[in-house]
Amino acid sequence: MKLDARIPSGPIEQAWDKAQFDMKLVNPANKRRHTLLVVGSGLAGASASASLGELGYNVKCFCFQDSPRRAHSIAAQGGINAAKNYQNDGDSIYRLFYDTVKGGDFRAREANVYRLAQNSVKIIDQCVAQGVPFAREYGGLLENRSFGGAQVSRTFYARGQTGQQLLLGAYQALERQVDAGQVTMFPRTEMLDLIVIDGQARGIVARNLITGKPDVHIGDAVILATGGYGNVYYLSTNAKGSNATAIWRAYKRGALFANPCFTQIHPTCIPVSGDYQSKLTLMSESLRNDGRIWVPKQQGDKRRPDQIPEDERDYYLERKYPSFGNLVPRDVASRNAKAVCDEGRGVGETGLGVYLDFSDAIARLGEETIRERYGNLFDMYQRITDENPYKVPMRIYPAIHYTMGGLWVDYQLQSTIPGLFVLGEANFSDHGANRLGASALMQGLSDGYFIIPYTIGNYIASTRLARVSDSAPEVQQSLSSVKAGIEKLLSIKGKRTVDSFHRELGKIVWEECGMSRNAAGLQKAIGQIRALREEYWQNLNVPGSGDDLNQSLEKAGRVADFFELGELMCLDALERNESCGGHFREEYQTPDGEARRDDEHFSYVAAWGYTGPGNRPELNKEPLEFEYVHPSQRSYK
Amino acid sequence: MSTAVAGPHATRAPGFWQSTNGKKAVMAITGAILFLFVIGHLLGNLQVFDGPARLNAYGRFLHNLGELLWIVRGVLILCVVLHIVATVQLWARNRKARPVGYKVKKSVASSYADRTMYWSGPIVLAFVIFHLLEFTAGTIHPESRFIPGDVYHNVVAGFSVWWVSAWYIFSLILLGMHLRHGIWSMFQSVGLNHPRHTPVLKQAALWIAILITAGYISIPISVLAGWVR
Amino acid sequence: MKLTLTIWRQRNPGSRGKFVSYPMNDVNPEMSMLECLDVLNESLIERGEEPVAFEHDCREGICGSCGFMVSGIAHGPEPATTVCQLTMRHFKDGDELVLEPWRSRSFPFLKDLVVDRRSFDRIIQAGGYISVSTGSPQDGNDIPVGKEVADRAMDAAACIGCGACVAACPNGSAALFTGAKIAHLGILPQGKPEQDRRAVRMVAQMNTEGFGSCTNIGECTGVCPKEIPLEVIAKMNHDYLAGAWKERHKVVTAITPVTDWELAKK
Repeated sequence: MKLDARIPSGPIEQAWDKAQFDMKLVNPANKRRHTLLVVGSGLAGASASASLGELGYNVKCFCFQDSPRRAHSIAAQGGINAAKNYQNDGDSIYRLFYDTVKGGDFRAREANVYRLAQNSVKIIDQCVAQGVPFAREYGGLLENRSFGGAQVSRTFYARGQTGQQLLLGAYQALERQVDAGQVTMFPRTEMLDLIVIDGQARGIVARNLITGKPDVHIGDAVILATGGYGNVYYLSTNAKGSNATAIWRAYKRGALFANPCFTQIHPTCIPVSGDYQSKLTLMSESLRNDGRIWVPKQQGDKRRPDQIPEDERDYYLERKYPSFGNLVPRDVASRNAKAVCDEGRGVGETGLGVYLDFSDAIARLGEETIRERYGNLFDMYQRITDENPYKVPMRIYPAIHYTMGGLWVDYQLQSTIPGLFVLGEANFSDHGANRLGASALMQGLSDGYFIIPYTIGNYIASTRLARVSDSAPEVQQSLSSVKAGIEKLLSIKGKRTVDSFHRELGKIVWEECGMSRNAAGLQKAIGQIRALREEYWQNLNVPGSGDDLNQSLEKAGRVADFFELGELMCLDALERNESCGGHFREEYQTPDGEARRDDEHFSYVAAWGYTGPGNRPELNKEPLEFEYVHPSQRSYK
Repeated sequence: MSTAVAGPHATRAPGFWQSTNGKKAVMAITGAILFLFVIGHLLGNLQVFDGPARLNAYGRFLHNLGELLWIVRGVLILCVVLHIVATVQLWARNRKARPVGYKVKKSVASSYADRTMYWSGPIVLAFVIFHLLEFTAGTIHPESRFIPGDVYHNVVAGFSVWWVSAWYIFSLILLGMHLRHGIWSMFQSVGLNHPRHTPVLKQAALWIAILITAGYISIPISVLAGWVR
Repeated sequence: MKLTLTIWRQRNPGSRGKFVSYPMNDVNPEMSMLECLDVLNESLIERGEEPVAFEHDCREGICGSCGFMVSGIAHGPEPATTVCQLTMRHFKDGDELVLEPWRSRSFPFLKDLVVDRRSFDRIIQAGGYISVSTGSPQDGNDIPVGKEVADRAMDAAACIGCGACVAACPNGSAALFTGAKIAHLGILPQGKPEQDRRAVRMVAQMNTEGFGSCTNIGECTGVCPKEIPLEVIAKMNHDYLAGAWKERHKVVTAITPVTDWELAKK
């Protein structure tokens, strides 16, 4: 398939303006005749629903949680980037663009990233007007901090709860449109299939999780904003409910899945403590601004941290990367943590952990300042581990956090199925092979507030949309396949629980397709995943019925999709014979252990197409061109 | 499909008096007026320590107010009625708000006085009725004769009966508890709360309640002890 | 450590519920309350029984999905902690924990420990927002907001909408939740223009939902995982009284408190 990204021609600075002008508009009076289906209510979904409702479209918004406000965007802690240059420290739209392309290790589409940087500025204004209580200076102006390795202070934040506050802003805007009658909200409703008619996305089948009934919803376009698929790994910083089902079912209906192996490991999470562990808790990356990361120089040193003298400590990031030190990007920090633990120098009972030490910062700035900056994070750490981080260094370990891959979209955020748009983490577009800190919130809101309102209008105004009735054969086919899928899961009546399978799957993917990968391991993983999937469909035990609230059944459907997606991730990782960003192939590294990119052969987006059950998916390539930021070896030394 | 929710604004919203917030504001304002009465009444009563002439003169002064006295009485009765009607209605509503109770329920933040408003109120009301019948109407005046106009005599004679004093003391302790919560709560109900002033107000409420209770019960205690006779 | 979990089991709103006790022999003190339920559920499924339904999502105390009573206290005995972050080390070997769902007329019961909190969404719908459409508002720095004002707004905005305040209130009042949003938006200069309308409409909706009245006793703050201060309730009362007076000429309507699945079942 020839992938046309529809990038406007001309200078990148004017691309978005030009695209906006070239787009067709929908007559205001006609907007209410168009129904748009938005799946997901996080930053991208809620902001899109609200903005489209404001424009006058008839919007239906779906989320599986009991309220749109629960979407996992709420858990983002650190902040949101914007190229405001309020700090007079040399920031600009171009610099944010440059940093993001470089941070993404030259695997993102330049034009998309430039537009993201442009929109970042508007997002802050919009959110301030909505009443998001961003941190302020005494003079009343917005405060910024430097974040995730950026050399400028461009991160806006609301305590350690920036995601929560931004989501509540979008949620409130959404509820305002619900009140105005523009948006109908469907909470506790899970999308289980995409309805494609004459090649156009025209509806979804969604199951009401209370009554168990799958319902058909017809619309003129479908917008997926369902987040990432980090839960393939079972243990991740994602919410327990975060899942790939919506994008996966869309993939099976013909949307391409891009760069599935690009997953991000976050370096500062609380280490695993036991088998019962259900999720990993992230500690904001901002902690690395003041905390120093170290492990003992000696292997198997089991002394308490305060008994290890200064000269027997290895501040390995500061040693290896003198100019960035503890602030190297996430992938670099994570990989190095794994490396020192693999050498047997990890700390804590499991040996899978490194220290994040604030004693120097406390000595320099005083405990009060540290409390002011990180108080809520320290409290959270103490709540979970029962250790006081003001006295004892924190223990951290990397964990799966974000997935850069997702459904392939063009510049207009449309997938390869006309009428199917994909926003936020669910698409692949802006972060390349590695996402910079405080950029996820920016992308979700940029897509929802400032891009989709334009591009959806263009689609609707330029497309013939025939009337669709519930009885159309495609509709009925989707509905019956959903019903059959539910029946099948309930009818296996085997011995093992969904979680036991999910945990095992997660382990395979984490071992072989996690922080570092190699061809043999990936091949092995594919075999293991297939075998385990086989067993899943023979030996799964889903109690209860499909006619009411059944949380095991919900999970079973999601895990079934994770099996297939996990395999695709391994396949994609195997195909990509280079190391870039979060994708580190052991075969492709420099002599000193850094990632070695291969721009000659792999400067492309790998977009996979579904070719039927059991068949090898088809690989399509969208070549990436870098006119502005010339690919260079990332160096943080 | 499951979207058959009738239009988004199908219900006429409760007005001021129908809303819980409105009723609480009314309770706060009526409570404040009654609180002022409680203080004024205490100041009047304490004149018992100045001897019969002073107290009886004060009694006569009140009676000679004529219509003004009835206006004051009318306002107080209206306050009592509103305070009680609002309470009863809120109580009924609150019962409905939790149709199924808990098997185990613990309190983590509220004080005993906070949680006992619902029954300290009715007992104080019963006491007020008894009190009016004893000292204003004189219809109940156990073990002695009620002499209209001779307030001092009536007080001393009334409190000489131990159980009358005991009932009085018990009720005033409850009134004190009621005030301890009510004095700061009324500010909260009309929307006045300040991170600096409210903690001070809560402390002050405790001391004001203690002072008022102590002031009132000093009278029966003095009578029983024979200091006032 | 050993624990006994006594849990409210009820299949659906129409059926009869009862408490069932589950002895747990191998509880790790590092587990969270929800992980303890995960372990129980795994064993229930293996025994062929239905697992305990409970709501949860982020498991880091911010989404507000989880919550139930743990031996009489909403979210359990640890202050400022949701059940997903409540570790078992706070209990003693041999303890019996009684787990009950939030009980409120305005939170219709669904299953086991799950209730429906859409009444909260409707309260927000009624006015818990600042009416700005997506577009080009003025620059973020055009209206200065003092640090202390922003901090106070943030204190109120930290609410996660879990419903513990309602569950803990002897009257089943939603004053803390409603007050938190009215305060968050009312404190900020951006929220001032619609302060009256917001307070009047949100209070009207709160009352229409059937929540009880606030008696200012502070049980809600005591269990609030984000320690929202009681001040926000005063702010609500203040804005409501002012708004009710200024907008006394207006007829206020409220959203009918019906959930779609109740209708779907009829």
